[in-house]
Amino acid sequence: MAEKIATREAYGKALAEFGAEYENLVVLDADLAAATKTGIFKKAFPERFFDCGIAENNMIGVAAGLALTGKIPFASSFAMFAAGRSYEQVRNTVGYPHINVKIGATHAGITVGEDGATHQCCEDLALMRTIPGMVVINPADAVEARLAVKAAIEHDGPVYLRFGRMAVPVVNGDDYKFEIGKGVKLADGCDVALIATGIEVEQALLARDILAAEGIKASVVNIHTIKPLDEELVIAEAKACGAVVTCEEHSIIGGLGSAVAEVLSEKCPTPVLKVGVNDEFGRSGPAKELVSYFHLDAESIAAKAREAIALKK
Amino acid sequence: MDTKKLEFLKETARRVRVGIIDAVFSAASGHPGGSLSIADVVTYLYFEKLNVDPADPQKADRDRLVLSKGHCAPALYSVLAQKGFLPVEDLKTLRKTASYLQGHPDMKHTPGVDMSSGSLGQGTSVSCGMALSAKLDGADYKVYAILGDGETQEGQVWEAAMFAGHYGLSNLCWLVDLNGLQIDGPIAEVMNPAPHEDKFRAFGWNVVHCDAHDFESIEAAYKAFDECSDKPTVIISHSVKGKGVSFMENNVNWHGAAPNAEQYEIAMADLGER
Repeated sequence: MAEKIATREAYGKALAEFGAEYENLVVLDADLAAATKTGIFKKAFPERFFDCGIAENNMIGVAAGLALTGKIPFASSFAMFAAGRSYEQVRNTVGYPHINVKIGATHAGITVGEDGATHQCCEDLALMRTIPGMVVINPADAVEARLAVKAAIEHDGPVYLRFGRMAVPVVNGDDYKFEIGKGVKLADGCDVALIATGIEVEQALLARDILAAEGIKASVVNIHTIKPLDEELVIAEAKACGAVVTCEEHSIIGGLGSAVAEVLSEKCPTPVLKVGVNDEFGRSGPAKELVSYFHLDAESIAAKAREAIALKK
Repeated sequence: MDTKKLEFLKETARRVRVGIIDAVFSAASGHPGGSLSIADVVTYLYFEKLNVDPADPQKADRDRLVLSKGHCAPALYSVLAQKGFLPVEDLKTLRKTASYLQGHPDMKHTPGVDMSSGSLGQGTSVSCGMALSAKLDGADYKVYAILGDGETQEGQVWEAAMFAGHYGLSNLCWLVDLNGLQIDGPIAEVMNPAPHEDKFRAFGWNVVHCDAHDFESIEAAYKAFDECSDKPTVIISHSVKGKGVSFMENNVNWHGAAPNAEQYEIAMADLGER
């Protein structure tokens, strides 16, 4: 059994780790430091941690002011509030002036679990993706989350980082190299391409095994950067397999599936079926059960893959 | 204040007002009323208060100014032009497609603009971040923001006010331009944010008042900011919307409208240009 760790945990640890190296790194939170795990940074560098209280909109603006005066601020809250409530602050005060603010959004998607729909943000990738110049990253595991934090620090410009609450297996090795905008091919295949992001990378790998038992060869690609999208890799996979299934813990409207379909419809028309949260709100329940309930599990991906292959004929 | 200085400020403010009207007339749109009500204040700030250098707009130790009521960009552009950050003749390109002078301030393309603004309330938080950053660095620069009175209806203003009070940002000075009018009418009728003084005091601020069209009063208010070392300061600036142009004064219709050719001539005469 592989080690399981939530990407939010890796986020908090990475902030504390890189905080030692980058003295201008500061962290803001909106009364959720224990949950977003920025509390780990707070413990290491209390003089560079600022609680903004339950006032996310102000937090985003404060982060912009800090960035304009030489700091590298990470502003943290749940995805629902960082990307949802503060969308316009992020758009106008960070995106439009292209300010060097990093948004660390945790508790994304339905795996928030028992807190239910009001806290389960399945729209953040769509919202953040529409902002010109915004980099949008959705790490699959703890290894990737740590490296994504480092890449965000080194990137000059706004970055939205999406982390999860649920502990997930580590799928990447210690020698894993992360580059913003570069997808990662995890497995070869020629019948269907499973293009996944975040926690769905694990499910896609499991789906590949299910399909393999039926003689179907599925490739698996990890798209950690939703924007800028690795168009080259997406097109190459579409060409090689002739059918694509996108997998994301996000609404099927506006996220990875939409981004992939946008590229392929223009540059390499290919059937694209989407595994994601259908046009509906989340609900309370244990996170793992919700993955199945919302048809984000490996079996659901395998079923979608069979449908996609059928469309080729 | 000695006579020479006073006369210089008055003349500069007059030129700033002329630039505002020229810009808005040329654009055939924009916000003259609230620009004219802060004309004296921005003139005082740029010519007496702010440590800024047109030859080095990005110098690290400069004082920062955030025009949180970003729709009053004509006032900012006009005073920046008088100060030498941009050519005065460029004011007539305001809001034109090819111009860098956007309808609301764009820090990416306009020398001297420290923060893009326009969506009300948001500049207040940015000013807090800048002031906090200066405190962290032990830097001496000060951070100024200008808010509209209607803008204080935005909840984010009070989130930011709470933040500044909580962190004791004594290097932060806001000015609320209390001209009493917003698009839909008198602020007291639309959604009354009064009393500002009590609200800011409750949030832990040093509160002072000034007459927005009296340079000695403006100077005294900013002196009170300099002398306060333990809390942020807000200046409640009692102003006349449209100040200096007879038919615009205290008339809500000039919040966001440009004069026609005939009105332009009257405005220029009011401002001593004819």
